[in-house]
Amino acid sequence: MRICCCVKRVPAPGARINVTADGQAVDVAHLGFAVSPHEECGVEAAVQLTEAHGGEVTVLTLGAPEAAEQLRYAASVGAHHGVLVPTDGSGWDPQRTALALTAAIRTLEEAGGPFDLLIFGNESADSGGFQVGIRVAVALGRPMVGGIKGIEIDGPTVRARRETDAGFEVYELPMPAAVGVKEGINLPRYPTMRGRLASKRLEVAELAGDALPGGQAMRRLHRPAEAASETVILGTGPGAAPSVVDVLADLGVL
Amino acid sequence: MLLAVLEHDGAAMAEAAREALTFGRALAGRMGVPMHAALIGNNEGALVATAGAHGAEVVHTALHPVLSDYGPEAWGEVVAAMVRRLAPGAVLAGGSDRGNEVLAQAAARLDVPFVANCLDVDPADWSITRIQWGGSLLEDVSLSAEVPLLTCGLHSVAAETAETPAAPTVEEFAVDLDAALARTAVRDRVVLSAGVTLSTAPVVVGGGRGVGSAEGFAPLEELAELLGGKVGCSRAVTNNGWRPHADQVGQTGTRIAPQIYIAAGISGAIQHWVGAMGAKHILAVNLDPEANIVTKADWAVIGDLHEVIPAISAEIRARR
Ligand SMILES: Cc1cc2nc3c(=O)[nH]c(=O)nc-3n(C[C@H](O)[C@H](O)[C@H](O)COP(=O)(O)OP(=O)(O)OC[C@H]3O[C@@H](n4cnc5c(N)ncnc54)[C@H](O)[C@@H]3O)c2cc1C
Repeated sequence: MRICCCVKRVPAPGARINVTADGQAVDVAHLGFAVSPHEECGVEAAVQLTEAHGGEVTVLTLGAPEAAEQLRYAASVGAHHGVLVPTDGSGWDPQRTALALTAAIRTLEEAGGPFDLLIFGNESADSGGFQVGIRVAVALGRPMVGGIKGIEIDGPTVRARRETDAGFEVYELPMPAAVGVKEGINLPRYPTMRGRLASKRLEVAELAGDALPGGQAMRRLHRPAEAASETVILGTGPGAAPSVVDVLADLGVL
Repeated sequence: MLLAVLEHDGAAMAEAAREALTFGRALAGRMGVPMHAALIGNNEGALVATAGAHGAEVVHTALHPVLSDYGPEAWGEVVAAMVRRLAPGAVLAGGSDRGNEVLAQAAARLDVPFVANCLDVDPADWSITRIQWGGSLLEDVSLSAEVPLLTCGLHSVAAETAETPAAPTVEEFAVDLDAALARTAVRDRVVLSAGVTLSTAPVVVGGGRGVGSAEGFAPLEELAELLGGKVGCSRAVTNNGWRPHADQVGQTGTRIAPQIYIAAGISGAIQHWVGAMGAKHILAVNLDPEANIVTKADWAVIGDLHEVIPAISAEIRARR
């Protein structure tokens, strides 16, 4: 199988997310970066599929040149190729991102043959536009379903499971196909010693790509108002149990 | 007019669709236009009536063999066709998995922008406030589009019927769909749990890294059972393989809305908090009095959860 997995480099914030003074970006001064969680699981899913069915995983990212780090991470957990579409690192709108990724995938397919499966994260952890994968799939004419928490390959078909409140919906997509996956589809592995070596050896391919901006323009980021709360300390250790149960009784949940 | 796209399961209207009708009613009012609704793959009287009760004046129904069950491509194609033929001033859906998916499909087909998870929309200049980071951050955007396609953030408004409910006119929207679009329709359904789910549980007992192991969750299970609730957890727990991901509360897990969330051994990172903040009340059990969850909770017990949680269960049993 030939699989292409699209990933996004995002900051990894802790207790709160701070915004730069000009409101134009997340303040990343003290933050590390990671592959957005849904896509981290997407890489794992792609690697598992090639382990079971043979083939190769190409991980594609559009972003600042530093996003090569995330491609190396993907190589350390089993991806075979890493391709970067470098930008100036500013936040591109979803239409522009999708156009540039579509062009990159077309170029990769012209060179190496069609991908059987395109894997996207359902939505990115930061901007959360819920659309880039779908736009790419529509542009390439591929069937696409999002919210996927299970993938099996059955001959020419991708059987994909999507979580609902009550259980799962099952979809059967003819390949070449595309899916948007969610965290929980698997538990991503940690890099092994061999993986770390592979990541060092990875030759990150660069593809130039740009597109016209779409119709959604970011003006400003800000934090939602936080309700001021005063915490009542009910006690220390197990001795606080009676006060806790009083609270539960008052709430009527006993 | 403003066109609200309705999510349904064939029999009942989804909560997200009733939220979209509520959000859409206010937005249509500010635009000075009527609200219409799109009912795809269905023309049930009960669904039409619900749309009317929430203020839709006209319901456009689209029926076609390809639409016999949900499929993102076919639904997106219908919405795109409606935009072309009915020329709405804006299109709105609820910010659910399906709502976001269908409008993204429609936007891709129309080659227009799509703004997901809006909280506030000013139709005068289409300046919009929307959700980023699952609700940890907000983004102000300006939208320039032939037709704005939007979803409203899930649970950002409470679904309410209109003061003056409409008896909607039903208009059949004839669609000519390529049979090949059935390739992304639902093929099968697997029902796993009937009854209380994490997202609807009245009580959630959550455990984090502080629980220390899969076995460590037994006392939390016991307390949840005593209270008729469910066990939730943090991402640190699912990452360690102690609980299935279906139990994870947060940005990349489930959003909970219980009467009380008892959060034990959880620090309260922002990505966990956005999944928990829908709880009416929060009680934190933590060794660290400075933990983020402790400062945000209504009540806290400072101590070791391995002692505190069993003591709470014992106290409940003693009082029964
Ligand atoms: C994009 C993104 C998405 C994310 N999505 C989610 C998500 O959906 N859900 C989620 O939960 N996280 C999510 N995270 C991870 C999040 O940032 C935190 O890493 C995670 O929530 C921490 O889990 P924790 O509170 O269990 O662990 P920690 O932060 O390690 O906290 C453990 C807490 O337990 C307390 N403790 C330890 N021992 C005991 C004891 N014996 N008794 C009582 N208290 C004790 C400690 O004082 C501490 O407060 C996401 C992160 C990113 C970057």
